[in-house]
Amino acid sequence: MEKRNFRITAETGIHARPATLLVQAASKYNSDITLEYDGKSVNLKSIMGVMSLGVGQNTEITISADGDDETEAMEDVAKTMKEEGLSE
Amino acid sequence: MSSQVLNGIAASDGIAIAKSYRLVDPDLSYSKTKITDVEAEVTRLSSALVRAKKAVTQIKANAVKTMGAHEAAVFDAHLEILSDPELIKQIVRLIRDQKMNAEAALTSVTNDYINLFENMADNPYMQGRSSDVKDITKRVMANLLGVTLPNPALIDHEVIIIAHDLTPSDTAQLDRRFVKGFITDVGGRTSHSAIMARTLEIPAVVGVQNATATIKTGDTVIVDGLHGRAVDAPNAKEIQSYQSAAADYAEQRIEWRRLKFAQSLTKDGVSHLITANIGTPDDLQAVIDNGADGIGLFRSEFLYMNTDDWPTEDQQFEAYRSVVAKLSDQPVVVRTMDIGGDKGLPYLQLPNEMNPFMGYRAIRISLTRKDIFRTQLRALIRASAFGNLWIMFPMIATLAEFRQAKQVYLEERQRLIDQGTSVGQIKIGIMVEVPAAAVLADQFAKEVDFMSIGTNDLIGYTMAADRTNERVSYLYQPYNPAILRLIKQVIDACHQEGKVAAMCGEMAGDQIAVPILVGMGLDEFSMSATSILKTRALFRRLDSTKMAELAQKAVEAETNDDVIRLVDETVF
Repeated sequence: MEKRNFRITAETGIHARPATLLVQAASKYNSDITLEYDGKSVNLKSIMGVMSLGVGQNTEITISADGDDETEAMEDVAKTMKEEGLSE
Repeated sequence: MSSQVLNGIAASDGIAIAKSYRLVDPDLSYSKTKITDVEAEVTRLSSALVRAKKAVTQIKANAVKTMGAHEAAVFDAHLEILSDPELIKQIVRLIRDQKMNAEAALTSVTNDYINLFENMADNPYMQGRSSDVKDITKRVMANLLGVTLPNPALIDHEVIIIAHDLTPSDTAQLDRRFVKGFITDVGGRTSHSAIMARTLEIPAVVGVQNATATIKTGDTVIVDGLHGRAVDAPNAKEIQSYQSAAADYAEQRIEWRRLKFAQSLTKDGVSHLITANIGTPDDLQAVIDNGADGIGLFRSEFLYMNTDDWPTEDQQFEAYRSVVAKLSDQPVVVRTMDIGGDKGLPYLQLPNEMNPFMGYRAIRISLTRKDIFRTQLRALIRASAFGNLWIMFPMIATLAEFRQAKQVYLEERQRLIDQGTSVGQIKIGIMVEVPAAAVLADQFAKEVDFMSIGTNDLIGYTMAADRTNERVSYLYQPYNPAILRLIKQVIDACHQEGKVAAMCGEMAGDQIAVPILVGMGLDEFSMSATSILKTRALFRRLDSTKMAELAQKAVEAETNDDVIRLVDETVF
C-alpha cells in the first residue's frame, strides 16, 4: 500500500476543476484509492465524495492507494496535484 | 390541425417563419412506488445514466465551440458525476434494499448531496456546486421519465424560441445563427427578451400568455413582431401571405438603410435630432450602424453594476471619454447614477423599503452620498474635453434638488480648472420622470440647459400604476391626454426659455407618439438604436404644421384610444 500526505496550498482548495482531474486520474487504475481529510475517508474515484469533503486552503490530506498498480496510481495522482497547483 | 392566432405585445420588429423550439422544462414529477423487479429497475437507471452522459458529451462538444474549452470544463465535472461509482452504488442500494423505484432513489441520494453542499456555509464556492448536482439530477430524471429536456445549445437549424420568459443565461446559450424570433408568455417592451430581440434584430412577440400552453415542439410558427401576433401551425395561405409581408419588410429595411446618413427632417424640412439610448460603450457600434444624431441617454449604471466595489474616477473617465470622443461633435447625454428602485449593488447596503420605486434611489442617493457623486462628476467633467458631453440628473422632483446637484457640479468643475485640467462646454439638465418636475417645468426651464422626458416612469407615476402588475397594467396609457398635456407643458416651457426639449423613454420611438411629438416641436428623440432609421423614415412623411394641429387635437381628446384613432386617421 502506498500512502502520502499533501498540504493543500491552492486558494480555493480542491474545487470542481482539479477534483475532476484528480478523479479522472484515479479512475484509470485498478487500485483502491482513498482520500482522508478531517477524520473522513472517501473514494478518490468519486467526484461527489471528493467534493463533499469541502477541502479548503492550508489543510492536510492523506491519499492511499492499494492494489496491483498502486505505485503508478500514486505517481499519477501526485503529478496531477502538482500540475493543478493544489499542492507543492 | 387548424392554425391558431395568438396575440401579444410587439416587442421587436420583423416577421419570421420557422419551427418552434420550446425552452420550457417538461413535467418531472413522479410517484414513489415499491418495485418488484429489482434487476429491471437497476437496468432502467443504468440506461438513463448512459443517455444522460451522451447528451452531456454532446453539450460539451458544442460548448467548446461556442464558449471555449475553459468555460466548457464544467461539463467534465458533470460527466464525472454521471459515472461516480459511489453515487451510483448509493442509488442502487436504495433500489435493492428498500425496493424504491429509480426516480425516488435518485432523488433521495442527490438531495443528500445538494443539502450537504448548500450547508457548506464557510465555502461559497462549494455551495454553488449544488446547482451542478441539481442540473445533473434533472437530466437523469428526464431520461427515467422518458421526457426531453430543452437544450438550446444543441439547436442546429432555424427556430423560433417559445418560452415562459427568457433569462440572460438562457439567451447566452442561444446560437444567434439559428434563432429567428422569440415568443414568450410574459414580459413587455422593456423586458430582457424584448431588449435582446431588438439587439439581435430578430422579431419578438411577448406577453402572449398562452404561448407555451398552445405551441408544441416542432410546430411551424409565425412571429409577427410588427403587429404583436403569433400564428401557430399556419395553413398554406397564411404562410404565403406572411412570406410576402416579410419580403416587404425586408425591402422596407433596405429603404431605411439608405437613410443612415440622411438628416432627420420632416416632409416640410424641419430638423429634429434622433439619438440613441445606450447602456454600455459596447452599444456604440449599433449607434453608428443606425446613423444616430448622437446619444440621448447614456445610462451610467453599467459602471457600478459589474464590479465588486465603487468604480474609480479613472475607470469612469475612460468609459465616458471613449464614447464622447467617438461621437466627436454630436451630443452625448450621460445620466448620473440611477441605482435603487429595482437596481441594487452588491457593495451598497440599501434599506429594505416598502416601495423602492418611490424610495431611496438615483439623485436621492447621489445627494446624500456626495463622495460617490463627486467622483462621477469629476470623471464626466474631465471627459467633456474630448467631445460634446451633457450631464443629466435622474429623478429630480424639486428645484432644491437640482440646485444642490448643480452646486456640487460647479464646485468640482472649478476645482478641476484650478488644477489646470482642461474641461469642455457642458450642458446641465434633468430627466423629467417625477410628475412634480413636469408640473413646475416653467420654473425648471429657467435654470436648466435641457430637459429630457423619461416616459416609462413618468407614465407610471402619473397613472399610479405598475405596468408589470397584470391587474392594473391597463392603466399604462402612454397616449392618455393627461400624459400628453404634461409632455406638452415641458416642451413649451423649454422653448419659452430657449432650452432643449428631449425625450428618452420608449415613447420617443413609438410610431403613434412620434407624429404628436413632432407636432409639439420636441427637439430630440432618443430611442433604441434599432428604431432610429424607421423613425427617420416616418419623419419624412410628416408635415409639421399638420402635426401641430394633430397634437392640439390629441391634448384635447378624452381617452388613450381616442388619440390612437386620431393618429391613425391623420397619418396612417
